[in-house]
Amino acid sequence: MSSPSHGTLNRAPASKGLGPHTSGLGAFLKLRELPVTVALVALVIITTIANPLFLSPQGMKDLMLNATIMMLLAAGQTMVIVTRNIDLSVGSILGLVAFGTGTIFSSMPNMPIPLVLLIGIAFGAVLGAFNGLLTVWAKVPSLVITLGTLYVFRGLNNAWAGPKQHFAGDRPEAFGNLSVDTVLGMPIITLLAVIVVIILAIFMSGARQGRDLYAIGSDPEAAKLFGINVSRRVFTAFLINGSLAGLAGVLYASRFNAVGATTGSGLELDVVAAAVVGGVAIFGGSGTVIGAAIGAILLNTITSSLTALRVDKFWQQAIVGVLIITAILIDRLASLRHAKNLREKEGRNV
Amino acid sequence: MSESATATVDTSQALSGTQDVRGPRWYTGRDAIMVYILVVFLLYAMITIPRFATPVTTGFLLLDVIPTLLIAMPMTLIIITGEIDLSVASIAGLSSAVLGVMWAGGANIWVSMAIALFVGLLAGIFNGVLIAFVGLPSLAVTIGTLALFRGLALVVIGDNAVANFPKEITAFASSKIGTTGIPVMVIPVLVVVVFFGLLLHKTAFGRGLYAMGYSKDAAHFVGINEGRSKFWLYVASGLVSASAGIFWTLRYTSARSDNASGLELTVIAAVLLGGVSIFGGKGSVPGVLAGVLLIGSLNYALRLGRVSDVVLVTVTGLLLIASVIAPSISSAISTWRHDQKLRRQLSDEATATAVN
Repeated sequence: MSSPSHGTLNRAPASKGLGPHTSGLGAFLKLRELPVTVALVALVIITTIANPLFLSPQGMKDLMLNATIMMLLAAGQTMVIVTRNIDLSVGSILGLVAFGTGTIFSSMPNMPIPLVLLIGIAFGAVLGAFNGLLTVWAKVPSLVITLGTLYVFRGLNNAWAGPKQHFAGDRPEAFGNLSVDTVLGMPIITLLAVIVVIILAIFMSGARQGRDLYAIGSDPEAAKLFGINVSRRVFTAFLINGSLAGLAGVLYASRFNAVGATTGSGLELDVVAAAVVGGVAIFGGSGTVIGAAIGAILLNTITSSLTALRVDKFWQQAIVGVLIITAILIDRLASLRHAKNLREKEGRNV
Repeated sequence: MSESATATVDTSQALSGTQDVRGPRWYTGRDAIMVYILVVFLLYAMITIPRFATPVTTGFLLLDVIPTLLIAMPMTLIIITGEIDLSVASIAGLSSAVLGVMWAGGANIWVSMAIALFVGLLAGIFNGVLIAFVGLPSLAVTIGTLALFRGLALVVIGDNAVANFPKEITAFASSKIGTTGIPVMVIPVLVVVVFFGLLLHKTAFGRGLYAMGYSKDAAHFVGINEGRSKFWLYVASGLVSASAGIFWTLRYTSARSDNASGLELTVIAAVLLGGVSIFGGKGSVPGVLAGVLLIGSLNYALRLGRVSDVVLVTVTGLLLIASVIAPSISSAISTWRHDQKLRRQLSDEATATAVN
């Protein structure tokens, strides 16, 4: 008996995979990712027409490399935002893990790369679990907790690194090659990120635990009454987000030359911005991992395409700002229309 | 420090006077605890850190704290209504850039400052319209305007820095009152603090903000115009942030696009540390004043004690976490005590009726 009511509970955010009974609504709700995808495609087409070099193999590769880290972070952040929480500490987690990776390689250059990846993910998971525990246990808004851990983790990074920086020269060549070599036209780290994002997207739209996150974000009280273990699910979301930030940290060390005390600082708001642009509602309950990942690609592509279009580089950030506000406006219009549709439908039923 | 202590007394006494049931006593309130921590810390620093109790310290400490303190005022009111403004530091940066470009373009310094303020006003209006009238979530909108205003600052001034401001004005910005070491600029800042304190605690408008933060529906039913209140708060925030940007520019004699960047999180940390609830509905200006001064003096003392900047960040974060977790623990205790008290009261009443 539980499955039909479960379906009802989750109907609003469901955008795919729920079968024919939601097809009308589902098609409508696909709009959440539609605006950002259209914007991305339009941007790429316009830029390519103006400057054909933009989509050259090298250009494509740069685009993908630049978006990789942000894509992972935005996907993880989506999980947390969907539950009506937020994690502002991801930039600091990334910094700590990236510096940790540099340290491992400078002291043990022969450490196998997969092991380093696992260590980085585990390290990130521990930091994410710390956020999750504090949020769940103290029942304090995660905005405040993670603002605190943003400082604490950054401080730890400062204390650990001091003025020291690790450079790519310390790291084995094979590790740096992860962001140089391509498989199927994609740099390996991008491929890795894409696979992770797809797994996460399947988890969020298909698995019961993933659907629970939407239920919690739509109405925490109802989710509790329904029997969802809210604390455990929210904790898991923070844990996974932390491990993705950890993975992003290791990949950061592969992609960029220097890692030090300030690596990744200020990333947090960019990540939230990418998720918002990708159609993730800031107050939880709706939005998809894929949308957020596309949002991250869009924000990163804008920078390169403005350069390709020879727009003054100083305009870039202002354009990003306009984009975020437009995304929120579109979301607002869509939800107003959605509410109106629902009202009309109910009116007809009576 | 004594101003903040007396201010705490005033507000809370007024509160306890209006309540029939004996409410929380002012000397055990959240604000009072912040003031105690601040006083204890200052005494400790004066005794243990050799150069702390000097006019030089007071001067630098207060000059450092002014931008945070200024912006914390409208931020307090905004968070009390349950909203947030992340774009404050970008507005400060934009006003700084505008001031620099106007002055470098040959405008009179006072005209340049007025235009920088006006730009802050426009930025506040932009935020206010989107949040109060269009009804968009403030967290998302101000993340957007955080990027937008900082971007506009870059558009205005680019990579350049303007530094040749008139000497007498930049000197005035960091001048001290006689030999006390207290900067002259503290006086206008105090005026702003008192203004926001009175606005929040002594006017119907201010009481309405608590109502809005506590329960939107209730506020609506008692006839509070939510949209208009929020709009004016964001306008005030824009204006105050722009003045903080102007102060920043003159104090460091440098107008750059990245001035004050990252200040929004420091301000919010200080406000929350000062006892304002991120959910809205709770908090006070004296508490925030103590919170801002605590973070400021802690940072300064650690720096004087040759503790590196490294630990400073960690301490800010730990303070913030401790300040939000402590109430959770103490509220569990006070719920228990409240239950006990109710039980006692009920049994007293029962015996009273029995006697009658």
